[in-house]
Amino acid sequence: MNAPDRAAAAPSAGGPAPQLNPAEQAVVDAVLAERRHLAGALLPILHGIQDRLGYVPPGAQPVIARALQLSRAEVHGVVTFYHHFRSEPAGRHVLQVCRAEACQACGGEALLAQARERLGCSEAQPTNAARSHTVEPTYCLGLCAQSPAAMLDGRLHARLTPARLEALLAATGEIA
Amino acid sequence: MSAALTLYVPRDSAALAVGADAVVDALRAQAAATGTELTVVRNGSRGLLWLEVLLEVATPQGRVAYGPVSAEDVPTLWPVLLADAAGQGGSHPLRQGVTEQIPYLARQERLTFARVGVTDPLSLGDYAAHEGWAGLKAAVAQDSAAILQAVTHSGLRGRGGAAFPAGIKWRTVAQAPGSIKYVVCNADEGDSGTFADRMVMEGDPYLLIEGMAIAALAVGAEQGFIYVRSEYPQAVAVLAEAIERATQAGWIGANVAGSGKRFDLQVRMGAGSYVCGEETAMLESLEGRRGIVRAKPPLPALQGLFGQPTVINNVLTFAAVPTILARGADFYRHYGVGRSHGTLPFQLAGNIRHGGLVEKAFGLTLRELLDGFGGGTRSGRPIKAVQVGGPLGAYLSESQWDVPLDYEAYAAIGAVVGHGGIVVHDDTADLAALARYAMEFCALESCGKCTPCRIGSTRGVEVIDRLVANRANPQVHEQQVTLLRDLCDTMLGGSLCAMGGMTPYPVLSALNHYPADFGLAPAPVASETAAAN
Repeated sequence: MNAPDRAAAAPSAGGPAPQLNPAEQAVVDAVLAERRHLAGALLPILHGIQDRLGYVPPGAQPVIARALQLSRAEVHGVVTFYHHFRSEPAGRHVLQVCRAEACQACGGEALLAQARERLGCSEAQPTNAARSHTVEPTYCLGLCAQSPAAMLDGRLHARLTPARLEALLAATGEIA
Repeated sequence: MSAALTLYVPRDSAALAVGADAVVDALRAQAAATGTELTVVRNGSRGLLWLEVLLEVATPQGRVAYGPVSAEDVPTLWPVLLADAAGQGGSHPLRQGVTEQIPYLARQERLTFARVGVTDPLSLGDYAAHEGWAGLKAAVAQDSAAILQAVTHSGLRGRGGAAFPAGIKWRTVAQAPGSIKYVVCNADEGDSGTFADRMVMEGDPYLLIEGMAIAALAVGAEQGFIYVRSEYPQAVAVLAEAIERATQAGWIGANVAGSGKRFDLQVRMGAGSYVCGEETAMLESLEGRRGIVRAKPPLPALQGLFGQPTVINNVLTFAAVPTILARGADFYRHYGVGRSHGTLPFQLAGNIRHGGLVEKAFGLTLRELLDGFGGGTRSGRPIKAVQVGGPLGAYLSESQWDVPLDYEAYAAIGAVVGHGGIVVHDDTADLAALARYAMEFCALESCGKCTPCRIGSTRGVEVIDRLVANRANPQVHEQQVTLLRDLCDTMLGGSLCAMGGMTPYPVLSALNHYPADFGLAPAPVASETAAAN
């Protein structure tokens, strides 16, 4: 079996950030042009980049820092503080399973374990070797009266059961 | 011959998550196949969440509800819906009768949620036809002092959890020196068990916009922000569209409802940080930084967003304001008990049969909510523990279920009403595991600024692990219990904000009320609440 193809390496501490490729550079430039004038522009910029690229490439950090007259450390600090922002691409499908109390009360933890087991993901390795799926815990999707809940590729699913979860994963067409 | 049918299928996330769009597709397919003239209104959710997807049909007797409907039910439902629409009644296992007469709904006191589920959330016509903008029009006709007086007299307190009187906060901002002021809505509803903010934003966004516009008039602000958590993309989309439409229609923007005053509103998205629900961390986030809690003073009311005087309230607080202006402070104040005036949208969640939104005046008991509305657990097993007020709220055991839900009465038993979230666990719950989770969650979400929260939460996980692992070793076990209590005391007294300062609530209440789960003999009842305090 081939080793996973990691297009973007994780950000290295301290060293020079990897260069953006032309497509990434174009996206970063476009988002900066559109949002740099906003008051408190950093989060909207990071959202804009992640929405279009699926993650915030480490190489974008110095570019953003220059545009906003911030230090690289400040931008890096913000990217890594917020759980929402990714510094490397996720799998082709992203499953977020809620593990807040209301979902725990109705079997959320077992669903998370089931998803990880089924897809070959773990807490330490949220994305599986095939890079087909990323499984992450999330903390409340606001569907607490219809728990347990999860979000798959941006779509919400409530009142999940082991069978319904299995059907959802099967529908991604990427599991054996 | 073709019949006409008007149906309502919610666009709320709660309905979408259980297949509302598939239901609509199936309905449209039926209509096309039978040549029926079909109008589908995508309303907000009525909040009867165990019945979602709740499909309603317009009939001569009013709207009739069916639920929980799935796409597969549509073929058998179709003739019944047509019969209902023609006023001939109908019979179907999913038929719930006239929506307004469903006891769960009929027994509520809906002020904030009066329109949610009734109207098309983005229809300005619907909003205006259901008392929308009445509060803003009243505010425009008054001066700032009169608006502040109304909000103060209404007794409205911050619905985000801290319960600070809204009128006093607003007055502080209004009187603060400075030409630039802001109105910020904290819509970072991260508490597990809560979804009322989401339902307002998705189901009645103009209500929030109206409440914020009134606040802006009262304090002299021209710019507002709504900080919505990234887990609520649907709410962000609905709000952005609603702001656009309300601005186009002149309700906000350059000339707020003809007042000659400006108020511009923007939606900003959080990024998955729970601590950004703390108001100063939220301000940092809005300014483009890590969500690190600020020390107070200075109060945000004096030096808030970008250093300017800022009104910060939660969604439900702003959403209560239009009613107060439209119907008068006395009308609102009349609801509730003690110093807890008005209504609170409670949210019944977790392992509960009839989960959903219940808006009632303060003063009812948890037991009324759990039994009267909730109907016991979904699993059918006995209720063991109920967490009130989010992940930082205490677990309440049955002995406490008759305490009236009001801010002071709850504070007196070492609990918090918080944002009105109520999470039910049945007797399979392990309260030691839940206490551990509370510490784990704090460790994950701590902003790291103060030591009791940053370090204490991690130590808390370790202590609970040792405590549980040493059930058979009384001496070590007792040491760990002492250590845990000591640690909680430090976190309670030494943390900068509620994140570290309230994490001990669920931990200590679990330890006090469910000692057996920690491998302890049952504690004497009298000491329970004192220790949690």
